[in-house]
Amino acid sequence: MSFSLDLSGSPAHSPREKTRGRLLALPAVLWLGLFFLLPLAIVFVVSFMTRGTRELFTFPLTLDNYLRVLGPVYRPVLLDSVWIAFVTTVICLITGYPLAFYISTRKSRFMQQFSLFLVILPFWTNFLVRTYAWRLILGNDGVLNSFLLNLGIISEPLTMLNTDFAVLVGLVYGFLPFMVLPIYSSVERFEFRLVEASHDLGANDWHAFWRVVFPLTLPGVIAGSILVFIPAIGAFITPDMLGGTQGLMIGTLIQGQFKGTGNWPLGSAASMVMMVIVMGSLLVYTRLSSRRG
Amino acid sequence: MAQSTFDSRPAQAETLNIDQGKIRRDLGIRAIGKIGLLLNPVATYFFLWAPILLLVIFSFNSSRSVSTWRGFTFQWYQNIFNDVVGTEARFSTGIMLNSLGNSLIIAFAATIIATTIGTMVALSLVRGNYPGKRFLDGLLFLPVVIPEITQGISLLIFFNLIFSFAQNQMGITPRPGFGTIIIGHVAFNISYVAIVVRARLADMNPRLEEAARDLGANEWRTFWRVTFPLILPGIISGALLAFTLSLDDFVITFFLSGVGTTTLPVFVYGLLKLTVTPEINAISTLILLASTVLIGISLLLQGRNAANT
Repeated sequence: MSFSLDLSGSPAHSPREKTRGRLLALPAVLWLGLFFLLPLAIVFVVSFMTRGTRELFTFPLTLDNYLRVLGPVYRPVLLDSVWIAFVTTVICLITGYPLAFYISTRKSRFMQQFSLFLVILPFWTNFLVRTYAWRLILGNDGVLNSFLLNLGIISEPLTMLNTDFAVLVGLVYGFLPFMVLPIYSSVERFEFRLVEASHDLGANDWHAFWRVVFPLTLPGVIAGSILVFIPAIGAFITPDMLGGTQGLMIGTLIQGQFKGTGNWPLGSAASMVMMVIVMGSLLVYTRLSSRRG
Repeated sequence: MAQSTFDSRPAQAETLNIDQGKIRRDLGIRAIGKIGLLLNPVATYFFLWAPILLLVIFSFNSSRSVSTWRGFTFQWYQNIFNDVVGTEARFSTGIMLNSLGNSLIIAFAATIIATTIGTMVALSLVRGNYPGKRFLDGLLFLPVVIPEITQGISLLIFFNLIFSFAQNQMGITPRPGFGTIIIGHVAFNISYVAIVVRARLADMNPRLEEAARDLGANEWRTFWRVTFPLILPGIISGALLAFTLSLDDFVITFFLSGVGTTTLPVFVYGLLKLTVTPEINAISTLILLASTVLIGISLLLQGRNAANT
């Protein structure tokens, strides 16, 4: 009756089968090779070149760009970016974990989907517009200042726009869903009978959370942290629109070198340094997640 | 032995007494946890939604200032279609609509190319069997994690080299524009399409394909009659994701657009960065509305597909 059942256990391994599907990958490999990897390799080379008088980049090769990026003028921006990205990640974790926990512990399937949808929907709308909304709120004559002035809490408007604070708020706002989603899927898979077991063994909620729930949802926390940290370190729109000249980050620094009378080799070197930080954090991530199996 | 059991009784009663204090403390911890779990979502949802709602509300405010509400008006919406955006002299409705048209052309082209290439590579990765698959996996992962600004500047330098080569060696002067933007958008969209289609393929039972082949269908027919209809919802989701990403992209487009090929985000960026005016709030509200409609369509399509399969 069904011949397929007899055959299904033993797939044929003809020589053709060994290279099956290779051609289907060819367009992607060519496109990404030509328009992604090759340009990255060129940035690497340009980061060692010099800015010419007429050419945007020329020989001789030099280490000067890296020395400048890591030197006294740009190092503070670099360290500031790493710090802001780190603080963004921590704030997203502190606010995102309880939210993800709340969403995944809703009783009805509908409430779960709906409360998750409320997190994702703003995230799907235009990033520029969402960042602009914070200019409306944080400006000197913005919504927050006039609210606080009307209540009499402050007597003069606070300077919030064009500071590190505004950048931090914008980054947390922009990337919070990246933290919530992986933690949500971790908590959703969590077996809550383990909490009952730990209560039976005498643990209170505090201990049950820190000794059982948190360690078992750690993969979601690690994934969320990396998903927030990487775009935060490379952010350009947020520091550019909310940071002004005070809240500079590597992204704004790089962009500045590629527009107007910028220095392309210097911008390339800054970009390579950022890539090293991104790759380094990815490496830490793969180490951490492979150790947990 | 018997004596020790006897001795342990008072001790046990004592631990029960201590337990009551512990229970009270544990209930306190539980209450704090419950309150926290209630307050955090309220505060976080407020944080996520307040900026968007404020933007929409103030786009209808008849006062130019965002400090007071002076009544409802459509004035600012009329203004943006009559070449007026506050004191912004460079604004023109024509340029805005033109850049919207450019955005749509680019998004359509990039989506078609990226969906085709992305679906092919997803099929290749899930059903294929050849050395170097791990490398390909890594390659597809990279555009998702590498900061957009790095992709933007790397393509800027790349095209600069190609164009100066074309000028010096072949005497032609290509310019950045639709071509360069579409190439850049496809480069980051292939990965997103591949991820979505791959997830769908992984859910599909490979026995169905084996069955089709056993019934005499060749690979081509098997693909179009069995595999393709089954993974179509995944392909549609992937295409919609690519379309949205392409339509919204600012950073990469910013480095690749030329004179006359401004996209809507690049055009709007110039306005948003300058000042806060009610007309800009109105433009932003329209963009939010467009995104929401697009999401609605995508969810409806996915819902219908999910219901069909």
